Amino acid sequence: MATGKTLTFAFMDAPYESARTTTVLRLIDDAVRRGYRVNVFAYEGAVAVPFAHQKAHANAVHGRNEVEENHPLPREWVAALMREATRAGGKLDWVNCGLCVDERGVGEAVAGVRRGSPADLWKMASESDNTLVVGTR
Amino acid sequence: MKVLQIVESAYRATIEEQDDTILWLTQAMRGAGADLDVLLRANAVNYAIAGQDASGLAFGDWTQTQPPNIPDDVARLIGKGVAIYAVAEDLADRGLGDARMVDGVERVGRATLPRLMGGYDQIWHW
Amino acid sequence: MAKYLFIESRDSFESNDVGRFRELARNLAGEGNEVAVFLVQNGVLPARLGAKADGLARLAEAGIDVLADDFSLRERAIPVDALTRGVAPASIGVVIDRLAEGWKVVWH
Repeated sequence: MATGKTLTFAFMDAPYESARTTTVLRLIDDAVRRGYRVNVFAYEGAVAVPFAHQKAHANAVHGRNEVEENHPLPREWVAALMREATRAGGKLDWVNCGLCVDERGVGEAVAGVRRGSPADLWKMASESDNTLVVGTR
Repeated sequence: MKVLQIVESAYRATIEEQDDTILWLTQAMRGAGADLDVLLRANAVNYAIAGQDASGLAFGDWTQTQPPNIPDDVARLIGKGVAIYAVAEDLADRGLGDARMVDGVERVGRATLPRLMGGYDQIWHW
Repeated sequence: MAKYLFIESRDSFESNDVGRFRELARNLAGEGNEVAVFLVQNGVLPARLGAKADGLARLAEAGIDVLADDFSLRERAIPVDALTRGVAPASIGVVIDRLAEGWKVVWH
């Protein structure tokens, strides 16, 4: 059930490098579950978060095979957020900064992710009720 | 909507990117009509200093032809109507109290930050 | 006056910039703004009862609500019933609440 609020999030961290990535997705998850319209501008390393070719693996240290390990793949998190947005009656618009994608060679992303530019961040933020930016260190 | 961009992190991947990516983002958004200003704090106050030179990087036969030129980027933002502030105490802490700065950068005291922030609809801290 | 939510993800043991941000929060509150701080990730480490956390107590004394992400607390085995004075556990949904209400939300 949509509630009329629109929020924009911008973040920068690549997958597997910082707790910030998980925290930002937790925030997006909370907003999406409320049926909000949520915009995401992924900048720099964050464009790899929905990269389609992330691959799971086993964990020999823990003695778990690939299935048992069930290693998180952030692209699956993004896909799950997309599904939740639909289920909750809201929307998740995920924009990858295009030049950041080119530099990093991560052009293939999960469905629902689109390529954009800084102009998209400004447009999304201007049309939102509020925006949260999470920089990197 | 008026936004204050706070830049704190300095020289993070600036050689690889040939830019500070937040100053670059600011310029790109300004070009798209954004109304924003920049506050340099912590190590990023060094961006306001004239005379930075990042040229000369080479690996084997590869040489960098377009090193970052942050003072020029700061000046260009000012030329495009983006106010650039630098926290005075952060400059002084780093021995930059009397340093030659890029023309147009405005020093602001920490005690004045609440009033500065009050003039913006949103604060984006990168 | 405005309402500010500072999200503090860093801890004072590793980053001395945390002190500067707490000072800014106190200064904003001193100018009549409503200010709250949400601790997340390692930002909750000083919230453990017994940790050296003078800065957190000073925030509370300045009338600033200090909340700590319950997930981050549990991840670090910090009991929610044994937090530094002035800190209360909260869900991350508080951040979304405040964003939706139009607070100026600033990540550190």
